[in-house]
Amino acid sequence: MRWEVRITGLGGQGAITAGHILGRAAVIYDGKEAVVTEGYSPYITGGWSRADVVIADEPIDYPLVTKLDALLTMYQEGLDTNLKLVKPQGFIITEKTMVNAAGAGGLRVFEVPALLIADRLGKRILLNVVMLGALVGFLGVVSPDAVKRALADRFPKAAELNRRAFDAGFEVASRLLRGGEVSEELIGEGEAI
Amino acid sequence: MSELQVLAGREIIAQSHVRDTLLRAERLPHIWCPGCGIGIVLGAYAHAVERSSIPVEKHVCISGIGCTGRVSGYMNLDSFHTTHGRAIAFATGMALFRPELEITVISGDGDITTIGGNHLIHAARRNVDINVIMVNNFNYGMTGGQHGATTPLEAKTYTTPYGNIETPFNVPYLVAAAGASFVARWTTLHVRQLAKAVERMMEVEGFAFLEVVSPCPPTFGEFNGFPEALDMMEYFRKHCVVDHSADLSKIGIGLKPGEKLVVGNFVDRRRPSYQELLEEMRGRAMGGEHK
Amino acid sequence: MSEKLLKPGTYFMMGNMACVEAALIAGCRFFAGYPITPSSEIFERASLRFPQVGGVAVEMEDELGSMAAIIGASYAGAKAMTATSGPGFSLMMENIGLAFIMEAPVVVVNVQRAGPSTGIPTLVGQGDVMQARWGSHGDLETIAYCPSSVQEFFDLTIKAFNTAERFRTPVFVLADQVVGMMWERLRVPQYEEIEVVERERLSPDMLGSRPPFDYSQDFNPMPIVGTGCRVNVDSLTHDERGYPTTDHAVSERMLSHLLGKIRNHAHEIWRWEEQMMDDAEIAVIAYGSTARSALKAVKTARSRGIRVGLVKLLTIWPFPDELIEKISQKVNAIVVPEINYGQLIHPVKEHAKCPVVGVNWAPGSLIEPHVIVDALEVIAA
Repeated sequence: MRWEVRITGLGGQGAITAGHILGRAAVIYDGKEAVVTEGYSPYITGGWSRADVVIADEPIDYPLVTKLDALLTMYQEGLDTNLKLVKPQGFIITEKTMVNAAGAGGLRVFEVPALLIADRLGKRILLNVVMLGALVGFLGVVSPDAVKRALADRFPKAAELNRRAFDAGFEVASRLLRGGEVSEELIGEGEAI
Repeated sequence: MSELQVLAGREIIAQSHVRDTLLRAERLPHIWCPGCGIGIVLGAYAHAVERSSIPVEKHVCISGIGCTGRVSGYMNLDSFHTTHGRAIAFATGMALFRPELEITVISGDGDITTIGGNHLIHAARRNVDINVIMVNNFNYGMTGGQHGATTPLEAKTYTTPYGNIETPFNVPYLVAAAGASFVARWTTLHVRQLAKAVERMMEVEGFAFLEVVSPCPPTFGEFNGFPEALDMMEYFRKHCVVDHSADLSKIGIGLKPGEKLVVGNFVDRRRPSYQELLEEMRGRAMGGEHK
Repeated sequence: MSEKLLKPGTYFMMGNMACVEAALIAGCRFFAGYPITPSSEIFERASLRFPQVGGVAVEMEDELGSMAAIIGASYAGAKAMTATSGPGFSLMMENIGLAFIMEAPVVVVNVQRAGPSTGIPTLVGQGDVMQARWGSHGDLETIAYCPSSVQEFFDLTIKAFNTAERFRTPVFVLADQVVGMMWERLRVPQYEEIEVVERERLSPDMLGSRPPFDYSQDFNPMPIVGTGCRVNVDSLTHDERGYPTTDHAVSERMLSHLLGKIRNHAHEIWRWEEQMMDDAEIAVIAYGSTARSALKAVKTARSRGIRVGLVKLLTIWPFPDELIEKISQKVNAIVVPEINYGQLIHPVKEHAKCPVVGVNWAPGSLIEPHVIVDALEVIAA
């Protein structure tokens, strides 16, 4: 099996970091194959950036994405410009407060209030980790343990905070997949600021 | 090989010379024209190598392309005749990897300041511990006499038939501004000062630069009033002023009658060389310090 | 110093970074560079890593200087490298010729981008293939390896150093933006499984019985500065002593030696991999990241009943002419996809005994597999 994921955001949101963590988790801890490639707008700061992650059970031939199983976006244009790349049976994950997902056609869309969760955890910089948690939950391809270990490798000093952010995102995915709601109590998990 | 040695033996004209061990005698006679000043510079360098406290096998002579570029090949040392303008960059790589070597670049004004000008200023800026001896004969001699970055204003060459309209570099001023530890200028008339300056360059830590003003009778000299071997030497004798503390901004060379040609050891200062800073930085890196 | 090298194990790493780690394991301790997209990570990581192992990574004023500096370092005894992309590769051509005539082992990594000129710095290309062969003036033989994955970038960088040391000549690793910038699995083998070749060195006492440049031999020990050899090393055509000459016979001997040492031993340099070639009626010949598109295309075409196989060239220079000849006698057609408008297809055509078709696309992206599949379907029909 082969899965193709695009994670995109504006500079500073951590889209590329999230992609690297996912790829590392798949290869180092889950024994899968993965290729991560990056893309940027021509601006040095403030433009968009993206990580494309191809994950597979067997060696990966073509290393780039062609049809997305999942699109994760943290800004509006990221949805609009990449929509056509998503497979009919694929899905889209948006940051709920920053992206209006109304125009997503007939595709499955999961809106994750990641900014709110990150704020409640005390650090807005956790946004990408919450989104990554949700992505891992929805995708069901890479194990959450693998991703948490990859996170801890990359950010040893922030391992605990990242774990909580990841778990919160993962829990959002679990609830939504069960047809549940993302309640206030879930968003509020952890200490409020 | 034996055949080559025999062949080489037949080419030898000079029977022997006190510095035979420092010269590749089998390569003589050299290619330089009668009255050329490059041989004097070669002699000064050989003299300095001989007197240097550094073992002869640690001396490396590197040249670029051109008449002066042939110096390295006549020296019986580890010698390199590189590409046009790149001798300093070549020497930089060698010097950074083996700081214990005493590397001297000997090349012409066109090679060092025109095509190689970028390497010159950056090596001086980094204060790489090498010596650069630039023979300035004001033109490209080997290609038949064209102008370059050191050709005086109004001078005639094959590419400035109406007189040169380009302002030349004042090279000691340039190199001193870029940061060299040592900067000097002498002429081929100043044989002893020249040799002493080269000896000093071998002691200096950091970038040591010497401009040697030299006659070029058949090309530059022919068109600019110095057609005979002694004409420019005579100009040096009449116009040279030794001023070690000269204002470097005022020592450009115009070769005009009545104008001073300022020579001297202008800059001799202690600045950390690139190699010293590199060693110190590497100590930190190997100790695990980072950021 | 080996404790500072990347340890054996599995990593998730960027191609450009794997290249640096490979260079260090291969024994490279001198890097001179100039920043250029998309190779800058190589220079950045070299700046971090080389000093840690007692090496040098220096930023030169331009690529002319970088190339000259690594030749100087090579003659000082270093395994030396630089890394660049197309515009810098153009500037290096001058001193690539110098390394060739001076017989200096050096490694030049070119992470190719879309061209010509400044082109599209951030996007992929394979437009420097012919430049790597013919870019420097005069007659040269060059050696170029083309990685198609992070693992191959690692493996072929080590191979490039070994080949440079053995052949005493510049060796290219012709990567591309996709391979350089992608993150992928890297397996670092146990060090004892990694072959590392060291150049043979000339000593002063050997000079009594042999000239420094013995043109009757393909391989000569190298005079390293500071060891008392006192050899002249020249960019001019030179005789066995290293002295400049205009003698036709000597010039012929020198060139025969320089070209011959590579031509006579091309078998040692050639590396390629074949997949699904046993019953193939069509062969796709690809290199670099295009080989990944080609593999996908071959699999897709196979699933549609087309008997096609892939020959992935890991060495493109010296050109594996015997391989192409052999394959072309087994298949009915050869397809050569390249991210350029027709470069390696020319020597393929020269040596193939069957029709050769190019698939060319170079606006700054990989060739998508379906484009190659389309070509295969037309040919199969």
